[in-house]
Amino acid sequence: MSAPAVTPDPLQLVLGEEELLVERAVRAALDTARAADPQADLSRVRVTELTPPELAELLSPSLFAEGRVVVLEAAQEAGKEIAEAVVAYAKQPADGIVLVVQHTGGGRSKVAKELPAALRKAGAAVVECAKITKPGDRDAFVREEVRRAGGKIEPAALAALVEAVGSDLRELAAAAAQLVADTDGRITEAEVRRYHQGKAEVTGFAVADKTVVGDLPGALEALRWAMQLGVAHVLVADALAEGVRTVAKVASAGRGDPFRMAGDLGMPPWKVKRAQGQARGWTPAGLAEAMQVVAGLNAEVKGMAADPEYALERAVLRIVRAHELP
Amino acid sequence: MTVWADVVGQPDAVQVLSTAAEAAADLVAGKPTTPGAMTHAWLFTGPPGSGRSTAAKAFAAALQCVAPGGPRGCGDCAACRTVLAGTHADVRVVVPEGLSISVAEMRALVQLAARRPTTGRWQIVIVEDADRLTEGAANALLKAVEEPPDRTVFLLCAPSDHPEDVSVTIRSRCRSIALRTPPAAAIAEVLERRDGVEPQLAGWAASVCGGHIGRARRLSTDQAARERRESVLAIPLALRRFSDIFPNADTLVKAAEAEAVTANESRNASETEALKTAMGAGGTGKGTASATRGAAGALKELERRQKSRATRTQRDSLDLALVDLMGFYRDVLVTKSGAEVALNHPDRAADATTAAASWTAESTLRRLEAVLSCRDALQQNVKPRIAIEAMVTALHRG
Repeated sequence: MSAPAVTPDPLQLVLGEEELLVERAVRAALDTARAADPQADLSRVRVTELTPPELAELLSPSLFAEGRVVVLEAAQEAGKEIAEAVVAYAKQPADGIVLVVQHTGGGRSKVAKELPAALRKAGAAVVECAKITKPGDRDAFVREEVRRAGGKIEPAALAALVEAVGSDLRELAAAAAQLVADTDGRITEAEVRRYHQGKAEVTGFAVADKTVVGDLPGALEALRWAMQLGVAHVLVADALAEGVRTVAKVASAGRGDPFRMAGDLGMPPWKVKRAQGQARGWTPAGLAEAMQVVAGLNAEVKGMAADPEYALERAVLRIVRAHELP
Repeated sequence: MTVWADVVGQPDAVQVLSTAAEAAADLVAGKPTTPGAMTHAWLFTGPPGSGRSTAAKAFAAALQCVAPGGPRGCGDCAACRTVLAGTHADVRVVVPEGLSISVAEMRALVQLAARRPTTGRWQIVIVEDADRLTEGAANALLKAVEEPPDRTVFLLCAPSDHPEDVSVTIRSRCRSIALRTPPAAAIAEVLERRDGVEPQLAGWAASVCGGHIGRARRLSTDQAARERRESVLAIPLALRRFSDIFPNADTLVKAAEAEAVTANESRNASETEALKTAMGAGGTGKGTASATRGAAGALKELERRQKSRATRTQRDSLDLALVDLMGFYRDVLVTKSGAEVALNHPDRAADATTAAASWTAESTLRRLEAVLSCRDALQQNVKPRIAIEAMVTALHRG
């Protein structure tokens, strides 16, 4: 028998909550194991459904030395006995068995919380699958997806894709692969627009940001999208109120260093900085008017208006008009 | 001392009620009475703090009074004392702590009201804040109020008999007792007599409370309440620049939030603890696990009630501040017009004069309007911070 080109790590820790990435890490572990031994079989068990004897059975080498991949799911819920058994095994892994431990990084009990650290210490290969929350990371993910599928994507096309598909990684990955397959591999904005239209996610804050800088067409468009997507009226109204009061608060404090003002205003420096930009063009009279509008709107979306959508649009119009007040 | 002593400055109402109590006693004794002197449903209306619920309780005591001979409502017999203390078996008092009185609560009450009185006199149901009855709750009550059993009496209290406060259908089935704003002298007198307040402090509290007896007592006995009032009344003249708006609005909202927390904190904790114990928490031995199974749901229900109570406290406290502000702007208008009437805040006369000199009557009125619409907004469930900030902005702009 020839020696395999790659030997799979006998002990792997998949840490994080991003489902798609976790799924991929498990698949990668299985693939490397199959590369070493095509007969290797996969068994997935939830930790909570497992007893230490069962675990020992799963992890003992078989008579004919077939490869085996054991995936322990939801290790963050492990009880004390199981956690101890896993750590004990990790110190002396058996031959031909790949143990993959899925752990969200959280966990309620102390042993479950400390499991990742113990596995690291035992020399486990760690795959980080933390949730992707930052827009930059998401863009990087999409770019990487496209590259994996053998294509390239323009920055404008990337922005258009994320806007149209949303933030779900599975959908983004699928869309990226599909686009590469449908085009010659070079994805332009026009290509994205041909297959994807509309917006997947519009929050009240997007509406508020456009409204407070006086961008009427943009604000109304965002508002209609938000309504189309079923964003609650109250959320949009609250976001508008929050936007206006942030600008008013920062404007009333005058110009200054955002980092120094942050403490007095009770908001983070980046917010102060952004609001300072948005505050340009606002007069005290305009802000006072806008504050009345959002206060009235708050009552209207809570049942005072016959049609809350109309109330929202009217409020956006009136705030933009207040922005132009001398 | 009779039960009427605490019904401050309401001679007319006391006259009607004591006549009714005499007639009721005759009814119980089986003697002939003047028809119409006693009725089965009463609606006590009057401005906040005029003592609606006190009057209702005093009337209840007079109805239950067991003193042999003499006018009803002696204040000394066991019945009078237990009614006033809220422990009489035949007197139910409904005091809404949350934002409204639910229909379920009223249905239970209607069943209670159908029972015969245990003492053989009257079964009495007092609903304080009948304006907080939801529409469904009011309808549930309707039938019982219209034709209660022989010896059942309903006493409802509401700020006014306006349809906004009490539904027309309820009002038309009740006999109305209108209380008036008690005069300052009467309030000062009761503060001295009942609460043992220094005459000077009592006089001051009675003059600034706007006819609200409870508020006068609070102001005369609670240092923190006096400080809060000071800080609220300092706002109108403190709004010089645009940047003064947010700190001042923040003061108002924070004070209300703090009051909601301090008023309910210890009570919430002990309630939660008691419920947990009742649901079997901390127990050991066989069967404890199954006993605690329903605990989470019950706890959640309790938390919901506590939250409603906290919202109510916060709103009430904000409303109090707004009423004080309104009084101040009214004083400014009065000063400006040169009318010789008593001010709402006589101790702030100097401020009112300063303001009257610099504001026009129109801008003062606009400010008054802003406070009024803020009170409405809070009623309509607008976030307090948003409503208050909008109001303070309007106060600054005039």
